Amino acid sequence: MNEYDIAVIGGGPAGLAAAIEAKKHGAGTVLLIDREMELGGILQQCVHNGFGLHIFREELTGTEYAERFIKELKELRIEYKLDTMVLSITEEKVISMVNKTEGLVNIKAKAVILAMGCRERTRGAINIPGTRPSGIFTAGTAQRFVNKEGYMVGRNIVILGSGDIGMIMARRLTLEGARVKVVAEALPYPGGLVRNVVQCLEDYGIPLLLNHTIVDIKGKNRIEGVTIAELDENRKPIGGTEQFYECDTLLLSVGLIPENELSKGADVKLDPITGGPVVNESMETTVRGVFACGNVVHVHDLVDYVTEESRTAGRNAARFVNGEAGGYGPVIRTKPGNGIRYIVPHFIRRDKVERSVDLFMRVDRIFTDKKLVVKSGDIVIRAINKAYMRPGEMERINITAESLKAAENLSLTIDVE
Amino acid sequence: MYDIAVIGAGITGCSIARELSRYNIKILLIEKNSDVADGTTKANSAIVHAGYDAKPGTLKARFNVPGALMYEKLCSELDVPYKKTGSLVLAFSPEEMKTIQKLYDQGIANGVPDMEIIGKDKVHEIDGNLSDEVVGALYARNAGIVSPWELAIALAENAVENGVELFLDSEVTRIEKMNGLYRLHMGDRFAEARFVINCAGLYSDKVNEMVAAPSFKILPRRGQYNVFDKSLGNFVNTVIFQCPSDSGKGVLISPTIHGNIFIGPDAEDIEDREAVQTTLEGISYIWEASARSAKGLKPNAVITAFAGIRARSSTDDFVIGESKEAKGFINVAGIESPGLTAAPAIAVHVADIVKGLMGGLEVNPGFNPVRRRVVRFMELSEEDKRILIKQDPRYGRIICRCESITEGEIVDAIHRKAGARSLDGVKKRVRPGSGRCQGSFCGPRVMEILARELGIDIKDVVKNNRKSYILAGETKDNSLYEDIHDIAAASRKV
Amino acid sequence: MEGSIVTCTICPIGCRIEVIEDSSSDSGYLVKGNKCNRGIGYAITEVTNPARILTTTVKLNNACLRRLPVRTDKPVPKNLMLDCMKVINSVEVDTPIELGTVIIENILSTGVNVISSKTV
Repeated sequence: MNEYDIAVIGGGPAGLAAAIEAKKHGAGTVLLIDREMELGGILQQCVHNGFGLHIFREELTGTEYAERFIKELKELRIEYKLDTMVLSITEEKVISMVNKTEGLVNIKAKAVILAMGCRERTRGAINIPGTRPSGIFTAGTAQRFVNKEGYMVGRNIVILGSGDIGMIMARRLTLEGARVKVVAEALPYPGGLVRNVVQCLEDYGIPLLLNHTIVDIKGKNRIEGVTIAELDENRKPIGGTEQFYECDTLLLSVGLIPENELSKGADVKLDPITGGPVVNESMETTVRGVFACGNVVHVHDLVDYVTEESRTAGRNAARFVNGEAGGYGPVIRTKPGNGIRYIVPHFIRRDKVERSVDLFMRVDRIFTDKKLVVKSGDIVIRAINKAYMRPGEMERINITAESLKAAENLSLTIDVE
Repeated sequence: MYDIAVIGAGITGCSIARELSRYNIKILLIEKNSDVADGTTKANSAIVHAGYDAKPGTLKARFNVPGALMYEKLCSELDVPYKKTGSLVLAFSPEEMKTIQKLYDQGIANGVPDMEIIGKDKVHEIDGNLSDEVVGALYARNAGIVSPWELAIALAENAVENGVELFLDSEVTRIEKMNGLYRLHMGDRFAEARFVINCAGLYSDKVNEMVAAPSFKILPRRGQYNVFDKSLGNFVNTVIFQCPSDSGKGVLISPTIHGNIFIGPDAEDIEDREAVQTTLEGISYIWEASARSAKGLKPNAVITAFAGIRARSSTDDFVIGESKEAKGFINVAGIESPGLTAAPAIAVHVADIVKGLMGGLEVNPGFNPVRRRVVRFMELSEEDKRILIKQDPRYGRIICRCESITEGEIVDAIHRKAGARSLDGVKKRVRPGSGRCQGSFCGPRVMEILARELGIDIKDVVKNNRKSYILAGETKDNSLYEDIHDIAAASRKV
Repeated sequence: MEGSIVTCTICPIGCRIEVIEDSSSDSGYLVKGNKCNRGIGYAITEVTNPARILTTTVKLNNACLRRLPVRTDKPVPKNLMLDCMKVINSVEVDTPIELGTVIIENILSTGVNVISSKTV
């Protein structure tokens, strides 16, 4: 069985950044495995711009962003396998994979970096009533057809959910000559970024109906239309508000789910809220030597944050294989308090934080003119004024190593106050 | 000119066609949809019933028990997954225990083997997640689960291998009685047969009325289901029923043959035989009702919902036999539950009817009951996987990540007799798209394979029937802009 | 008096900013509803000269992918988006292509080029 220092599962932005960073930090043999025919993951179907403002200080398209990392990966001569599906990862870090040219291959790695990304929530997952005709796509699948393969998915389009991919596809399809009739969002606020509401919907006069959802799908063969109704405070349809929209296509942009089927096989503990692995500040999971980064851990709003997080994972995986990781020492637990849905990382090894650690979180509803307060017991470690927070955008708080020393009872709680 | 035309390629028609292919006769199997197993067969509870439900003396009772006993051999010949899981009918009160006793007695009268009335402790031993409110149950070890559409497809494939002709996309719209034969019109073409077997499911009354006065009516009854992610594992191990009511066997919780869990169905009488939509009310009802049997199912583990329509007859029993008015026209109608279970036994019975009408049948010397094995890549040993990929590298390319289905398996499903022609056709045969991502990852890849293997443009790949197109032309088409000229100028003036 | 409402995209708050022509002010506009000063310039530009980077694809020959992702190297006026699309749609390119290669020069005389956003 071939042995590697580090095996990276997934060649999207997370896997690319992690592999590069690991190599730069002294990992000997790094193998990156991806199931697609090219590296870059979902970025390769993101022809739109808005990537890289934090990392490169310029605005790139998804394909441009990916290309920078792919180029670097190749320059560092990092080994990678394409069109290869990983079947399983064991706790002993034996990875079983399969492809057309080599068949079934098992390798053993000293460290594993999980970077499988996420998948889209489907119609079934949200139980939309109605018939089951053709013409219903997740936004990401539509994006692949339109951008990579050059096919139209339809002409008259309704979109359910105002996730970023859905809004971006609304613009993309409009530019290609389709008519996007409406975007319906069950929540009282848009799921994606404000910028996308403006530049993808408002620019093209596409109505966004908040507090609305689809209550029926019509069509025997191809979808013929949907019924949209307004929702009350309890998210139940209000009788009498139903309106029928004729359409030949329905796109779903109703959320993303970290893809952790492989992680479960490696016995990695998952956070039921994020759907991703429980990690510490080095992005190490509950299994020593198994790291995770990017959307497999929690769904990010910006790819730049994925890159940063993945660099942390890569760096620490390299340290681990070079025997520099050391023990745990005192471990601080992060706890979501009032108004906070989750925090990543879940644990901080206090003595391992070099200068500072970034805590990523999402709020559970819209807040205006509030504070994000980080506390340990009664001691306030940091407080930041926030004019506006909403679940669609991630919040980030930087905590210095110095201030962590004040975390006396080894727990940090973050509240919206 | 055919000896026999079978109308309808659901579980009933496919069972009969395959049974008759044992004999030296010319058989035509006709289906209005683009694939076999596309009506009620693809949307039902998928249970092989032990046989205690049907009232003694009915046709349902007569064919259920022998049908169930044929499953093991049939599924092994045809390489279709089938599992004898056993079933429990739960009682929640002493009153319901009386119903359990009645079912048991009925089972004895019908000849059901391996039944037992058990107490609460034994129930929880069998399935630990069941409600604490359970007081006892009828345990029938002979009940099982199967994939109805895979069985029907396997039957059709085996039938075609043994000489049956299959017409797809062929709706019988008119039947002419001629001298000693029937002319079946399907749009602008027709076929002639000496004998006709009406297995038209939800439309079997309409087909009967093409040659005879109405003698039964199909009263469509819809049932809705939710299917759960495999991560729920063996939430239940047996088929869990509640005490039956007038409208059916109640809401089930059951494992599927592929390792999922489902709940359903409700029972709603409807007019429209095509109304296979799910509704808020229907889905809420099955959640409410199933929660009585077991709690702990979470809505976020649902991967899909579907509805099926049972072809219930106004006579409240199967309708099987030669029409009184039309000689040589045999109705096999009203095959609602336990129709799936009874189908193999019904097929043998219908073959006997045909033998009687034709004055005996000569055996088909080439008949082979065994279907070519289906490769299920993930079930192979590591060594066998290696060997297979060496022989055919397409087994080394996984197309469906949720169910781990390889390109090799998909290509095989397309090229078999009565093979897959559509996205749903592939899904029904080898399951890509049945998992948690519901085809959002593998869909485009399966479409590419279909286009390549069928030699068609990818834009012509359909979901199931001919009008269910998936792609609507290409991008970069300037003719699409004509009527949307002013969108860019959409104003946001106050 | 003509007025417009603009949603600011500088930060996640997304202020709804009202821009009203006002010859008495230095900029020529009265701006209301912005929570910070960055919103003023944004809102006036959005009203006077709204422009966007256009990102799309062109037909690609002799490659396994059938479309090449492209974008404009500078923002183009918003009202020219669909007209630009029509020009871009009529172009076909062959491999190999480097990222940044100019595919269409000076599209619709805007002084903006359409460039490849991927190496194929």
